[in-house]
Amino acid sequence: MTTDAQPATALTPVLSRNWDRPDSFTLQSYRETGGYEALRTALNTDPDSLVNMVKSSGLRGRGGAGFPTGMKWSFLPADNPKPRYLVVNADESEPGTCKDIPLMLANPHVLLEGIVISAYAIRSSQAFIYVRGEVLHVIRRLKHAVAEAYDAGLLGRDILGSGFDLDVVVHAGAGAYICGEETALLDSLEGYRGQPRLKPPFPAVSGLYASPTVVNNVESIASVPSIVANGVEWFTAMGTEKSAGFGFFSLSGHVARPGQYEAPLGVTLRELLDMAGGVRAGHELKFWTPGGSSTPILTDEHLDTPLDFESVGSAGSMLGTRALQIFDDTTCVVRAVGRWIAFYAHESCGKCTPCREGNFWMVQVLDRLEKGEGTEDELDKLLDICDNLLGRAFCALGDGAASPVMSSIQHFRQEYIDHVEQGGCPFDHRKSTVWGADS
Amino acid sequence: MSTTTTFSDEVKARLEVDAKEIIGRYPQSRSALLPLLHLVQAEEGYVSAAGIAFCAEQLGLTKAEVTAVATFYTMYKRRPVGDYHVGVCTNTLCAVMGGDEIFETLKEHLEVGNNEATEDGRVSLEHVECNAACDFAPVVMVNWEFFDNQTPESAKELVDDLRLGNDVRPTRGPDSLCTFKQASRLLAGFADDRATEGPQAAGPSLVGLELARERGWAAPDPDDLPPAPVLDEGEGETK
Ligand SMILES: Cc1cc2nc3c(=O)[nH]c(=O)nc-3n(C[C@H](O)[C@H](O)[C@H](O)COP(=O)(O)O)c2cc1C
Ligand code: SF4
Ligand code: FES
Repeated sequence: MTTDAQPATALTPVLSRNWDRPDSFTLQSYRETGGYEALRTALNTDPDSLVNMVKSSGLRGRGGAGFPTGMKWSFLPADNPKPRYLVVNADESEPGTCKDIPLMLANPHVLLEGIVISAYAIRSSQAFIYVRGEVLHVIRRLKHAVAEAYDAGLLGRDILGSGFDLDVVVHAGAGAYICGEETALLDSLEGYRGQPRLKPPFPAVSGLYASPTVVNNVESIASVPSIVANGVEWFTAMGTEKSAGFGFFSLSGHVARPGQYEAPLGVTLRELLDMAGGVRAGHELKFWTPGGSSTPILTDEHLDTPLDFESVGSAGSMLGTRALQIFDDTTCVVRAVGRWIAFYAHESCGKCTPCREGNFWMVQVLDRLEKGEGTEDELDKLLDICDNLLGRAFCALGDGAASPVMSSIQHFRQEYIDHVEQGGCPFDHRKSTVWGADS
Repeated sequence: MSTTTTFSDEVKARLEVDAKEIIGRYPQSRSALLPLLHLVQAEEGYVSAAGIAFCAEQLGLTKAEVTAVATFYTMYKRRPVGDYHVGVCTNTLCAVMGGDEIFETLKEHLEVGNNEATEDGRVSLEHVECNAACDFAPVVMVNWEFFDNQTPESAKELVDDLRLGNDVRPTRGPDSLCTFKQASRLLAGFADDRATEGPQAAGPSLVGLELARERGWAAPDPDDLPPAPVLDEGEGETK
């Protein structure tokens, strides 16, 4: 890996630009760095123009699927008399994904400003933040920011004298990955078990309480104030034509300096690794996820793939949440995949058979394979199960579970066979640990 | 273990005030069910038959309806956990980085299995899924506060301190820990006054920003944008 040449792509801190201020989470600090200026602009703009602005910015959902945000907003039916809702998806639970949590901890007001602007744009006066329950301090920071915003007239009645009203409720989940799926989230927010709904109707038509609802990821909504403040051309000056703007790239695992790198979409892993000090010393990149465990794994062949929606798709995976989990040559791919499938099996909501049964069986098979008690034929069995899962499950959790299995067999078939032939795992797991690096 | 089937009048009267406030936040009352379950968990340290009955009564649901929801979510406990509930992340990334070793070490050290509490009731142990802190792997949570970048040794010390009642400080959280019951009350929507304690961000959350500062990198200046690429149809301009 080259370290002398400057990477062609530079980082673009926007949402993280104030995180090094010790009080970055307070209203005063956020205002000192220009916070809530965009809200003033927005409240003096016609809501439909704001929707068009977000549409022409090309902002695509940062929660994984990459659906164009402005287009989603424009799907709200004009003639439905029911109240409209804005629901922020702060459930962040896709394995590897770790961007929304530090964002809300350090800069909850940028999310709130985004919520007020977005709610005004879609003409909603009630928003919810559905935040996973397992992050107490993040919930404190959110509630604190909401209270500060109410006190300052940035939430509640007649916001900044505009006549626009908005209430925001912080709602804590209770531990279920599937509640990140937008329709399961809505069921959960209505007080039911979090199980996905049939689509269509999409939430824009029939969402929370069967009312028109927009569900967006934390980072998507938090990006809106910067677009309003700086303009569409500013946003599209970053990223690629079809994947505009910036986003968090979260590096974790066997890398010298793991963490959050806010960069234009289209940056490559080679560039990011360069910034992060490379794969940990003395080791080589073996495999990585571009966007969480539900995105097919890639290898060192893909170091120069631009990390935008189209390019990662062409490389056989998905951009997902830009959760770059880096695994070096000490890592057993069978173990890694087995653990992910145990997760999907645990988190399957049980509504449809391919996912409920498929994941259960894959856990059994992968467990045997990892221990060296499996057979080569069982690889075909795994692929068979994936065949029944991919595209046949009720929601994308099922598709996601097939990703690591199929991609790992594609790239590392021989490693599975090694387990069979050696009657056990050829790797020393201690060497993969943080403290085992030089043992 | 004794499990109560109804709350005493005193407890009920007190919780009804809270329940009313929770229900008032939502356009439809049933949305209050998850926070109400956190509320009864804050009372007893788990969701008991009495807790289920209370939620059902507040919302006009059957106990079966409430039970079906309570059992769906892993954060609602059917047995009392310790005052300090320790969750070790063993999802792939943390497991590989040492989470498996940490979990094994703690099981042995505390002499408990998964989802069990020590005899003194101080500490319980569970392995948890990805807690959105992978850049701080391996990660341990105590009462849902972050203890980042753990090792088997640091985790052993942590649980020893918890059992001895020594103060411990989360890496990204308030200055000290609250109990599991207090944590559940926060989840029910009742804020404590500790939001401003602890760091705004730490270590890995800041590496990108620090590098950008060092190299003079920033998002483009909106008043001095590079010329836009020429578009084929000349339709790129927006109002
Ligand atoms: C199993 C599953 C889990 C998901 N988890 C999350 C999540 O934690 N956060 C999130 O924003 N989106 C998650 N999504 C995607 C949401 O369904 C939805 O696409 C997203 O919230 C829309 O927001 P966006 O358009 O702003 O990205 C998940 C999807 C699936 C299938
Ligand atoms: S794919 Fe899995 S999580 Fe999704 S509905 Fe089916 S069982 Fe539930
Ligand atoms: S895998 Fe442990 S926090 Fe993400």
